[in-house]
Amino acid sequence: MSYQPKKILFDPIVDNNPVILQVLGICSALAVTSKLSTTITMCIALTVVTACSNAAISLVRNHTPSSIRIIVQMTIISSLVIVTDQFIKAYAFSISKDLSVFVGLIITNCIVMGRAEAYAMKHPPLPSFLDGLGNGLGYSALLMAVGVIRELFGSGSLFGYPILPLDRDGGWYVPNGLLLLPPSAFFLIGMIIWVVRSWKPAQVEQPEYKIYHAPRPEVAS
Amino acid sequence: MELVNLFIKAVFVENLALTFFLGMCTFLAVSKKIGTALGLGIAVIVVQSLTIPINNLIYQFLIKDRALAWAGLPEISLDFLGLITYISVIAAVVQVLEMFLDRYVPSLYNSLGIFLPLITVNCAILGGCLFMVERDYNFSESVTYGVASGFGWALAIVAMAGVREKLKYSDIPAGLQGLGVTFITAGLMALGFMAFSGIQL
Repeated sequence: MSYQPKKILFDPIVDNNPVILQVLGICSALAVTSKLSTTITMCIALTVVTACSNAAISLVRNHTPSSIRIIVQMTIISSLVIVTDQFIKAYAFSISKDLSVFVGLIITNCIVMGRAEAYAMKHPPLPSFLDGLGNGLGYSALLMAVGVIRELFGSGSLFGYPILPLDRDGGWYVPNGLLLLPPSAFFLIGMIIWVVRSWKPAQVEQPEYKIYHAPRPEVAS
Repeated sequence: MELVNLFIKAVFVENLALTFFLGMCTFLAVSKKIGTALGLGIAVIVVQSLTIPINNLIYQFLIKDRALAWAGLPEISLDFLGLITYISVIAAVVQVLEMFLDRYVPSLYNSLGIFLPLITVNCAILGGCLFMVERDYNFSESVTYGVASGFGWALAIVAMAGVREKLKYSDIPAGLQGLGVTFITAGLMALGFMAFSGIQL
């Protein structure tokens, strides 16, 4: 197998995006996207944890009996998450309040477990590290897209700095309150999936049932 | 009365699946058929109502700041061990439950089958535990919250499966097929659940 660092790193961003194609890691992804500052913290945290856990799990892959591998993976991942959590609490306390339980939930984030199981158990540490980094970036790309749309149109600002002057401060932009509410994240991701799949038709799923177009009966003249 | 209020709040207003997006991976992956969705829902209710009270006891007597005062160690805080403890308790409870069901209730074990081990990595379970810790529930509140949040999650996934069973006969644009339309349906359901917000008893 040839070693292509670039492919491993950039493949998960569009072609094999963890969120929209592998359906991994949606769990804690959506609730943190209403503000860009929390989004970016979450993205960095997840990317770091995925990359490091992939590398660490790959280092011990030949010494782990397969019957206890889940526990081993869990222990490595949760230690890394504890470090990240303490770090965020120490240096960005207000953001850690906003993120509430979602940093802890990186432990059960399916991206981390899924990549550990699907990639790191079979590959050497360096490619595993890059794979984790790539998947973290793919997740971040999607989250940032959702976060920018939600904060820009929901409250007219980015990172808390006003971009579109708001109606109530004498500007012209009337903010769309729906975008700050949780359901909007579902709609946005649904739309992003639609756009990406129209661009790359190979990702389209086959419908279970097709509508049968009945042949038009010949009209007797 | 307060507990009833907590129950209603955890089931409808703060539904784990539709307001906090917890357990979304399984929520979207296992909601194709009502039967399987119901099986998973029941499994989540059982695990949730066991793990949250157990973790609550561990939190109140071992991990919380100054919790070790009863052992004569008031200045020690094991706060940082929280996450790893909760996830180990969840994994252990799931494992024990699996062996128990296999031994005594084989029919239920067979019908739950693959869902039990999957629950360990379901964010709804760990999320429920972390919310319990963040809100500092006492023991009776944690029992109520455990049952209620599991029930809310089960309700959401069964409703979702019902919608998807009808949806598969409809004519959907190619790019939205499958995952895309599932997301949008979940969004509409979340909007529906928002109608409950602000309810107090």
